[in-house]
Amino acid sequence: MQPTELIERVAAGDRRALARAITHVEADNAAGREVLAGLYARTGRAQTIGITGSAGVGKSTLVAALAREERRRGRTVGIVAVDPSSPFSHGAILGDRIRMQDLTADGGVFMRSMASRGNLGGLAETASGVVDVMDAAGYDVVIVETVGAGQDEVEVATATQTTVLVTTPAGGDDVQSMKAGLMEIAQVMVVNKADIAGAETAAMQLRALLAIAPARAWEPPILMTVARNNEGLDALVDKIDAHQDYLRTSGHADEERRALAEAQIVSLARAALHRQALETAQGEGILAALVDEVAARRQDPRAAAGVLLEAVRKHWGRG
Amino acid sequence: MVTENRTLRVLIAKPGLDGHDRGAKVVARALRDAGMEVIYTGIRQTPEMIAEAALQEDVDVVGLSILSGAHLELFPRVIAELEKRGVTDVLLFCGGIIPEGDIPAIQQMGFKGVFGPGTDTNDIIAFLRENVTEKQ
Repeated sequence: MQPTELIERVAAGDRRALARAITHVEADNAAGREVLAGLYARTGRAQTIGITGSAGVGKSTLVAALAREERRRGRTVGIVAVDPSSPFSHGAILGDRIRMQDLTADGGVFMRSMASRGNLGGLAETASGVVDVMDAAGYDVVIVETVGAGQDEVEVATATQTTVLVTTPAGGDDVQSMKAGLMEIAQVMVVNKADIAGAETAAMQLRALLAIAPARAWEPPILMTVARNNEGLDALVDKIDAHQDYLRTSGHADEERRALAEAQIVSLARAALHRQALETAQGEGILAALVDEVAARRQDPRAAAGVLLEAVRKHWGRG
Repeated sequence: MVTENRTLRVLIAKPGLDGHDRGAKVVARALRDAGMEVIYTGIRQTPEMIAEAALQEDVDVVGLSILSGAHLELFPRVIAELEKRGVTDVLLFCGGIIPEGDIPAIQQMGFKGVFGPGTDTNDIIAFLRENVTEKQ
């Protein structure tokens, strides 16, 4: 399928074309960029929701439960689930479908697994592009699940409008959650597995932390869920809807949209710059020469990084 | 053969009712270690679920593992569901307990590779790399 045909068929709701368009976007090839450019005017209609949190807190199970609740409300759902790539083989096992079995048979749900492919921000580099394609395909809600994120994998905040941070009881003392990063980007906080001991305490600690944070226009609500039994999902979707309403109707709507647009541009430009600079440095043998220097301790790595950048800049200046 | 050095996406699924997924998991891991992205959907998949996952994930390869003996009933249904969805450009292979005498019939259905117990996973990796085709 040619990009123009893909664009037409994605816009018309063709699922096979959507799947193929996502493949091109994920490969970041010429067809993918053409598809994205062609579809971008159709985006902006979906609610986009990011689900993040450490490994094992129940993100996949929560995403499945959230999708079910959205379906119950009559909305169609796109899901992008990111799992880590091996840093050695670059391969990956993408297992998120296991917890979403029942959704596979539902024609109102489209789910795509992605490998992080070496990206460190908790998502795949092209995840926001995939969100855009699903948005353009007409899904009412697009849910993005990050890899198990520790503390500063905050990229999801630049790919979706509403970020949900998932924690569990006994997720560490309150100093853990005082650390910067994920805590600061969440618009909704969830204590999942709330049927095990310590859920109240965990929620209380989050509440106490938010109380000492600087006042914000949107105060993140703290909810308890047992995603395995679909408990607490009704309230979660209500709060996500409330945040989406806030984004649209508050005086901050324009500000929020601009902040998201800026973050996306900067994030994509940074990734492209990083890749291109590295390609130049490797291609010109600049990097290899500096590696020799540093390995022999004739130069320190920080100074070498400066030399590398200077050399890349010079090379680009000539081109 | 794939000319471009791209990442292969492989769906590994278990149709039918047997719950023994050790073989499927060993293969999934081996393919991961060979640099492929493996979508693992778990046990007890219906033909519809397998075909739908193959469509949504736009995989290059679908691998089925079966030990229950129902391959001659289930495999044609998987293929029918794939065709119904227009997913006709994937490479198919299978493994598990498949009697020698059934292999020609399975190959006839469109499964290029049939790998029984004791297969060296390197043989599967080589088979996939050699037989996968470029997406249109």
